[in-house]
Amino acid sequence: MTRKRRRLYFVLGGVALLGLAVGLTLSALNDNLVFFYSPSDLYAKDIAPGRLVRIGGLVAAGSVKHEANGTTLDFTVTDGRKSVPVTYTGTVPDLFREGQGVVVEGRLAANGVFGATTLLAKHDERYMPPEVVEALKKAGRWKEGANGATVPSVAPASAAGASR
Amino acid sequence: MHRFANPTRFMRISAVLLPWCAIAAAVFVAIGLYGALFVAPPDYQQGEAVKIMYVHVPSAWLASLVYAVVALASAVALIWRHPLAHIAAESAAPVGAGFTFVCLVSGSLWGEPMWGTWWVWDARLTSVLVLFFLYLGFIALANAFDDRTRGSRAAAILAIVGVINLPIIKFSVDWWNTLHQKSSVFRMGGPTIATSMLWPLLVMATGFLFFFATLLMLRMRAALLRAKVRALRFGM
Repeated sequence: MTRKRRRLYFVLGGVALLGLAVGLTLSALNDNLVFFYSPSDLYAKDIAPGRLVRIGGLVAAGSVKHEANGTTLDFTVTDGRKSVPVTYTGTVPDLFREGQGVVVEGRLAANGVFGATTLLAKHDERYMPPEVVEALKKAGRWKEGANGATVPSVAPASAAGASR
Repeated sequence: MHRFANPTRFMRISAVLLPWCAIAAAVFVAIGLYGALFVAPPDYQQGEAVKIMYVHVPSAWLASLVYAVVALASAVALIWRHPLAHIAAESAAPVGAGFTFVCLVSGSLWGEPMWGTWWVWDARLTSVLVLFFLYLGFIALANAFDDRTRGSRAAAILAIVGVINLPIIKFSVDWWNTLHQKSSVFRMGGPTIATSMLWPLLVMATGFLFFFATLLMLRMRAALLRAKVRALRFGM
C-alpha cells in the first residue's frame, strides 16, 4: 500500500467513524435537540407543571379569544390529536392567526392552562402568490391545516410528525 | 488530476476564465434581482417580506457548498499533497464565511417580522452558526503557525472533521422540531414554491455560484503571486 493510499483510507475511515459517533450522540440527545414539543409529547412526557417548555402546533380554528384588557389572548394549540389551552399576554407576530403554526414558550399551570411568555409564528415550506391560494381555495384543494405546522392536517399522519 | 494541479497551468487557464465568470455573475445577479424585486409575486402569507429569500437562500446554499469545496480541497491536500489544494481551501474559506454571515444576518432580518424573533436556538439556526465558527476556526488555524505548512495541515484536518456538520444542517429541519420551516426546493416530491418565485431564486443562486468562482480564482491567483514574490525576495 502506498502512502497516498494509506492516507486516503485513514481520512475516509476517520470521517466514517466520526460520523457514526456524531450520529449516535445526536440520536441520544434527540430530546434536547427538538425546539418544541407537540401537545401530544407534552402529555406523554408528563412534564411537571411550572417547568419552562416550548410547545408547537396549530392554532385551533375558532379558538382565539381576546380578553377585555386587549393584550391577553386565549387560544388552543393542537397537533390533531391532543390540544393545549394557552393564554398569552404581549405582542403578536403578523403571521399569527387561526390555522397557523405557532411555537409558545412558557409553563403549564396546575389548572392545565399553558401560560405562554413568548409567542412565535411558524410558517411552512410553501411559497406561492395570493392568487394561486385563492384559486386553490375555490377549487376546494386548499388544506389550511397543513399551514405552517410540523404536523400534517390528516390525523393519522400527524402521529408520526408529532412524535418526532 | 495532476495536470490541473500545476500552478503555471492554473494561472493560464484562470486568466481566461476569470473575466467570463465575473461577467456571468453580474448578468445572473442582475436578472435574478430584477426577477425577484419586480417580476416575482408577493407571498400569500408573508407578502413582500418573502423577497429576503432571494438573498438568504442562495447565500445559505453557497455557505454549505463552499464548505464542501474547502473540505474536499483539504482532503486532496492532505492525501495527495497537490500544490494547489491548500491554496484553494484557504482561498475559499473567507468567501464561505462571508456567505454564511450574509445567510445568518438576512435570516435574522427575515425572522423578526415573520416569526417574531431575531434568533432562536433551534437545530437549523444553531448548526449554521456552527458552520460560521468552523470557517472562522479554519481561517484562524491556517494562520496560527509560523510554519505555514503546519498551519495548513492543522486547518485541513479541522475542515474534514467539520464536514459532519453539512448533513446536520441539511436534515436538521427533518430530524428535529425546528422553528425554521423544512426545505422548499431540494426535497422529495419536488419544490413547494411557485414557479414564478422559483426561477428568480435559481437565477440568483447561479449568479452567486459564478460570484464564488470569480472570487476563488481571484484569491488563488493573488495567493500564488504572493508566494512567488516571497520566493523571489527571500530567494527560497
